[in-house]
Amino acid sequence: MSDIKFTVNVDEYLSLNKYEVDESNAHIELKGGAEACDPAEFDKLIRVCPAALYKRDEDGKQSFDYAGCLECGTCRIACGGTIVEKWEYPQPTMGVEYRFG
Amino acid sequence: MADFDAIVVGSGCAGSVAAYELAKAGKSVLVVERGNYAGAKNMTGGRIYTHSLKKVFPDFESEAPLERKITHERISLISEDANFTVDFSSEDMKPEEQCSYAVLRGPFDQWLAEKAEDAGAEYIYGIAIEKLVKDDSGKICGVVAGEDEITADVVLLCDGVNSLLTEQAVGYKRPPASAIAVGIKQTIELPASVITDRVLAGNDDEGAAWLFSGYSTHGTFGGGFMYTNKESISLGVVAGIEATMNHGKVPVYQMLEDLKAHPAVAPLIKGGKVVEHSGHMVPEGGINIMPELIGDGVLLAGESAMMCVNLGYQVRGMDYAVAAGQFAGQAAAQALDAGDTSKAGLQGYVDMLENSFVLKDLKQYKNVPAFMEGFDRMFDGYPEMVRDMMNKMFIVDGTPVPPMKKSMLPIVKKMGFMNLFKDVRGAMKAL
Repeated sequence: MSDIKFTVNVDEYLSLNKYEVDESNAHIELKGGAEACDPAEFDKLIRVCPAALYKRDEDGKQSFDYAGCLECGTCRIACGGTIVEKWEYPQPTMGVEYRFG
Repeated sequence: MADFDAIVVGSGCAGSVAAYELAKAGKSVLVVERGNYAGAKNMTGGRIYTHSLKKVFPDFESEAPLERKITHERISLISEDANFTVDFSSEDMKPEEQCSYAVLRGPFDQWLAEKAEDAGAEYIYGIAIEKLVKDDSGKICGVVAGEDEITADVVLLCDGVNSLLTEQAVGYKRPPASAIAVGIKQTIELPASVITDRVLAGNDDEGAAWLFSGYSTHGTFGGGFMYTNKESISLGVVAGIEATMNHGKVPVYQMLEDLKAHPAVAPLIKGGKVVEHSGHMVPEGGINIMPELIGDGVLLAGESAMMCVNLGYQVRGMDYAVAAGQFAGQAAAQALDAGDTSKAGLQGYVDMLENSFVLKDLKQYKNVPAFMEGFDRMFDGYPEMVRDMMNKMFIVDGTPVPPMKKSMLPIVKKMGFMNLFKDVRGAMKAL
């Protein structure tokens, strides 16, 4: 359904960053999971997340992957009262590691 | 007996400077940083105005890993197909007391941490503090770090704009999306001499700061930015979270991609290699969303206290953080000496801020966030109006020219004289 248009592949940019991904613990969780989220709220996160972690595919299916998170907290501020149910920092030594910053 | 006199959470500008001051005053101080090194989780646009850094480290210019001194200020109004730029340079940008530098927080924060460590501060890395420890009276007396409880007579929260601890410390609730912006940035590598030539800098140690309004956010609240490092360019967008999530025409990453492709910007980064993609929030609400700066056993400094100003032509945060870190460290040391780290005992910190540029500036600019947020025409309207006027001035196509009044007035009328008047008056009042 989404009419949010973009052409850039942010995943390619994220692959330039250094990460230690914590496979065992999702530090951000959405209420009921990404697929179940209210599309209007989910759209907000598509617009503001600088890492493009919130996605909707051509069939309208919503997905979220915390692995490329930049730990900025924007989704917490945007939707912390609605669909972002859990927002914590990654476990010790995990997450993004800026070399330049 | 507590494990340490003081614990500092976070090793950015405020945290390391506070730790340095405490260590210098002979206090035992532990800095807990969640990154694997200082700066690992930090990001700036960015440029630091170094007046306050000089007060802490008089020799910073020869010691710190600074990028280029900013000797050109550029501001552009860009529409999709045009660019109008003001380019200002002045010898007054150069003296140590009033200059500014582009910085990259990875190297810069490691230098700050080294200064604090050299002064005697202890550091542990790789641990995010999730919980503060309180005694029976509710006074903060330590932190929970991983499995361990570490105690101190005073805790300094310098853990940034997205602090999850300020609620436990002083009851601060998550700030509203209207008061916070999201920043997205790419670091783009280029040879030093290429950067120098492209921004018309005098040499490889000098460079430019450049802010963009208009198409850089596709017309919603926010703007683009560019800062020159020694061998890279920091290029990004800062966009109001509420405005973007509700009205953004494209996502923030597309804003940045389109800015990179804009005719005013593309030649600047041509042939450059993106080496990092980063994100960070900007607490533009400033004093309007400031938490209480002290509590029993705790002080807040830097972005955890929302110390930030964005005037559209000037963005500041790190110089406030450095000064606040210095005051926080000094005030905490005095409170420790007096044996009273209760809220009343830490009041000296607030007094120092009140008497300094930090809180004076933030108060002076308290109406700016509300004005900027409603300044829609600056993001969608004025860039196009200026383009149309400049087209009338500069384009020659051989048709007989009308009097300038006749060509310009309709363009301004389209915007509305009242709107122009209102915006100028609003800006004057807010600034």
